[in-house]
Amino acid sequence: MTTTLARPEGDLTQELRLRLYRMQTLIREAEQCAYDLFLQNLVKGTSHLSLGQEAIAAGFALAMQPGDLSFCTYRGHAHTLARGVPFEKVLGELMSRDNGLMRGKGGSMHLTSVAHGVMGSYAIVGAHLPIACGAAWRAQYRGQSDVSVCFFGDGTTNIGAFHEALNLAAVWKLPVVFVCENNLYMEYTPIGEVTAVEHPAADRAASYGLERIVVDGNDADIVFRTASAAYARARAGAGPSLIECLTYRYSGHSRADPAKYRPDGELERWKLRDPLPLYRRRLLELGVPSAVLEHVDAEIKSEVQAAAAACKAAPPPPADILYTDVYADGGAAWRN
Amino acid sequence: MDVLMPQLGETVTEGTLLSWTRAVGDPVEPGDVLCEIETEKTSMEIPATVAGVLAAIRVPAGEAVAVGTVIAVIQERNAQASEPTVAVAVAPAVPLPQRRTAASQFGPGRLADGTEITPWARRLAAQAQINVAQLSGTGPRGRIVGRDVEALAVGPYAHTPHDVIPLAGMRRQIAQRLLAATQTIPQFHLSVDVGVDALQALRASLNAAPPAAAAGAPASRLSLNDFVVKALGVALMRVPEANTVWAEDRMLRFHQADIGVAVAIDGGLITPIVRHVEAKSLAALSSEIRELAQRARARHLLPAEYHGGSISVSNLGMFGVSEFSAIINPPQAAILAVGAVSRVASETAAGGVQFESRMRVTLSCDHRVIDGALGARLLAAFREAIEAPAALLA
Amino acid sequence: MAELSYRDAVARGIAQEMARDPDVVFLGEDVAKAGGVFKATVGLYEQFGPLRVRDTPISEQAILGAAMGAAMTGLKPIAEIMFADFAAVCWDYFANEFPKSRYMTNGQVKVPLVVRLGNGGAARFGAQHSQSVENWCMMIPGLKVVAPSTPVDVVGLMAAAVRDPDPVIFLEHKSLYASRGEVPDGELLDRLGTAKILRPGRDATILALALMVPRALAAAERLQREHGLDCEVIDLRSLVPLDTQTILGSVARTHRLFTVEENPRLCGWGAEIVSIVADESFYDLDGPPVRITTPHIPLPAADVLEDLAIPSSERIVETVRRAMAA
Repeated sequence: MTTTLARPEGDLTQELRLRLYRMQTLIREAEQCAYDLFLQNLVKGTSHLSLGQEAIAAGFALAMQPGDLSFCTYRGHAHTLARGVPFEKVLGELMSRDNGLMRGKGGSMHLTSVAHGVMGSYAIVGAHLPIACGAAWRAQYRGQSDVSVCFFGDGTTNIGAFHEALNLAAVWKLPVVFVCENNLYMEYTPIGEVTAVEHPAADRAASYGLERIVVDGNDADIVFRTASAAYARARAGAGPSLIECLTYRYSGHSRADPAKYRPDGELERWKLRDPLPLYRRRLLELGVPSAVLEHVDAEIKSEVQAAAAACKAAPPPPADILYTDVYADGGAAWRN
Repeated sequence: MDVLMPQLGETVTEGTLLSWTRAVGDPVEPGDVLCEIETEKTSMEIPATVAGVLAAIRVPAGEAVAVGTVIAVIQERNAQASEPTVAVAVAPAVPLPQRRTAASQFGPGRLADGTEITPWARRLAAQAQINVAQLSGTGPRGRIVGRDVEALAVGPYAHTPHDVIPLAGMRRQIAQRLLAATQTIPQFHLSVDVGVDALQALRASLNAAPPAAAAGAPASRLSLNDFVVKALGVALMRVPEANTVWAEDRMLRFHQADIGVAVAIDGGLITPIVRHVEAKSLAALSSEIRELAQRARARHLLPAEYHGGSISVSNLGMFGVSEFSAIINPPQAAILAVGAVSRVASETAAGGVQFESRMRVTLSCDHRVIDGALGARLLAAFREAIEAPAALLA
Repeated sequence: MAELSYRDAVARGIAQEMARDPDVVFLGEDVAKAGGVFKATVGLYEQFGPLRVRDTPISEQAILGAAMGAAMTGLKPIAEIMFADFAAVCWDYFANEFPKSRYMTNGQVKVPLVVRLGNGGAARFGAQHSQSVENWCMMIPGLKVVAPSTPVDVVGLMAAAVRDPDPVIFLEHKSLYASRGEVPDGELLDRLGTAKILRPGRDATILALALMVPRALAAAERLQREHGLDCEVIDLRSLVPLDTQTILGSVARTHRLFTVEENPRLCGWGAEIVSIVADESFYDLDGPPVRITTPHIPLPAADVLEDLAIPSSERIVETVRRAMAA
């Protein structure tokens, strides 16, 4: 199919924009599929969805280079998909099947793919911020040029490990980028009710000698540019960045939460700034034929459906992996 | 497709259907709210996830059902072929890491009269087959402790100064197997004196040969026992019915001569098997026996190296023992006990006196497999082979 | 051969490994320029420089988190937590992050690091700076836990810990830092998971760890001299992996078991071992197994009170004597 190349706007080529569109669409469809399968009791346990926050994951991931490392929270499906991990493996993990990313041993909150640079999803709030510092320290120590990117929510900015990590990163000038996805709620509570400053991340930056950065997290282009600039600073040895991305989540904190604590109209107002339709409109304005976008949509739908079918047919993990990989020798023996 | 009561909340096990927003027959699109449900924690709207028609409502408003219950059915517009239901496999039970708890219990910790007895004392008593009731305890409150049992187990020697030698694995094995052999095998013994002058001469000449002077020249000295083993191998080939063992409900007759050679080692003895003796040269036999003996003394033999065989050789000649009968090594059917060589006087054909070197050997036989005449024939063949030793060079 | 103090042995062990492998790095509070508050890491900063030996802020979570991130991505970090009691401040990393990442990620993530802790009491530091936390660490699946009692063991076990691909908690005893012992020259490498029979004996097995080891040895001497009891003293050295075979072998010979534990009573490390012996060697026991422990109280600061709480040689002698004679 031939496409007319629109004039690229600034530094963002059309090809890049299409990739951003594709990734956000994948995340949206994938999360929706996970939700539907949860209602069918096929996705087990707890899950934390990123519906509405696709632009952040896509923008930061696509600005990374191979070798860059990412660390995220238990709301990590989007960040895992954004680094190129196949949806089938992510869904398999959510559905507790043997074809899952970790064969069902980690679950939704711990999605990890070292091969893709996804160095873990972390369930304890704040735990991964110092860990990301450590990965960045290693890069600095060895003179390597990779960047560690660390995603967390607004609630994290009030936990001790946040402050310890920011301080250490700033003092040691580590090549780490801290990304706060401010979706306005710390679990069930509005972040404003529990935080001493208005912007939970950006208004703390000065405490660590860092620049105050707040961006519209629902615009993938803005996110991409912000990310690129932060990565370049880190690679140049200029140290860490703290970036607050404003966004909104459509579903509750987790499966158990229908989010009734939201004031009336808030969800509807944010849906007007839904990253997907916003980006779609922009591409159309830039001259991308809608047929191209529909083609991407259809491809994604089919990919997601195929993944769901494959996972439904996949067996559960075998019992013998219960005892594997506690220790480096592959087993669980604590005694002779 | 079935619409299920979802797992709303990690610890929730059931939910209540509050109200239906759609009725049977209504068309639905993905995202359309079907009903509202409630759990102890919260209430939530349930959307349709496929397009189609609401075909059935299974749970009426107001009813509470378990998570996973089908609450409605949607007739899908683009009904796909029914999806393969993955039989949720019952995972095979994983054996827990090996439990090492003692298998038997050795009786209660308190006797009928209230006397306490420690676990160790109980075990000792059980293993020594001592009746605990006849023990008197020297522990706290009259408790029977280990030393009380040990004293009795030693019995008549309780007052003679002694060291207790715990039973090592090999000693236990030897005790068990040879006791079993003596109790279960009907053994009889045949002795014969064999003349070894010709053999000694042959041996001396072979040992004097310069190394590599001839094919088959030994790397080091051949021993008398090497010849004995070889002769026995030759004899077994000549009397194949004797190359047989008892196997409970049948007998096994072999085509090759696998002969055990008893080796004394620290703490006991072990009998490595030399296989295919009939096919090996004296030199090969000699170095193999030497190597096996060395490894036997170093405790480096593998089980395959001392299991099997049809007959063994035990030689106490080097200690000056003139004759003895050995105990058969099960599952073998015979054993040849070799005594020391001595000079004896005998009558010559011309009526005079000559001196010859003789060695007395005694063959113990399992009468279930080897009758007297057969044993005698084997022994005779052995003697022939020793006394006409050129055959051993083949 | 040279006589070294336990604290110098720590520096020697770390230096040996840092010299051997450029991926070994070391971080902690006051560890670099000051050589450590207990002077256990003197000379490392001078020898290996500021890139490999780093002073950190007072940020235990950041120290351990950074160690983990570096370990996950290829380095072999040694992190110091100054007082073992502070493990509680960064317990998330001990309990949730280090030991579970390999398992949860199905073997993808590796955490080859060592955390050194200043463990134990008898130094009059008071309840929050004197705890023995080896039992806290023992009960987390996925950690390895060692506690040497002599300078030579410090060096050898430090080397083994650094080279081990799993997270190892290395418990140094604060009151042993000044103790001295012979340490051979050259590279030393011990093995985790191995206990040592320091004093063979026939009448009873006494298991001890760290500071309790010299006290158990002194007690065994007196028990022999004054009461004719010949006790076998075992330095456990490693709680995880546990050298169960040495313990069971000893009980099979002596038929009596005593543990000497500095940790407080409940769920101390000896409880697990007594449970194993009661299960697997019940019929080797000629009397009840006895645990000699600090009572289940916070440790007092006053010297006379602390000495009553932590097991002393006198208490060991008296407890064993009474149990054996009863």
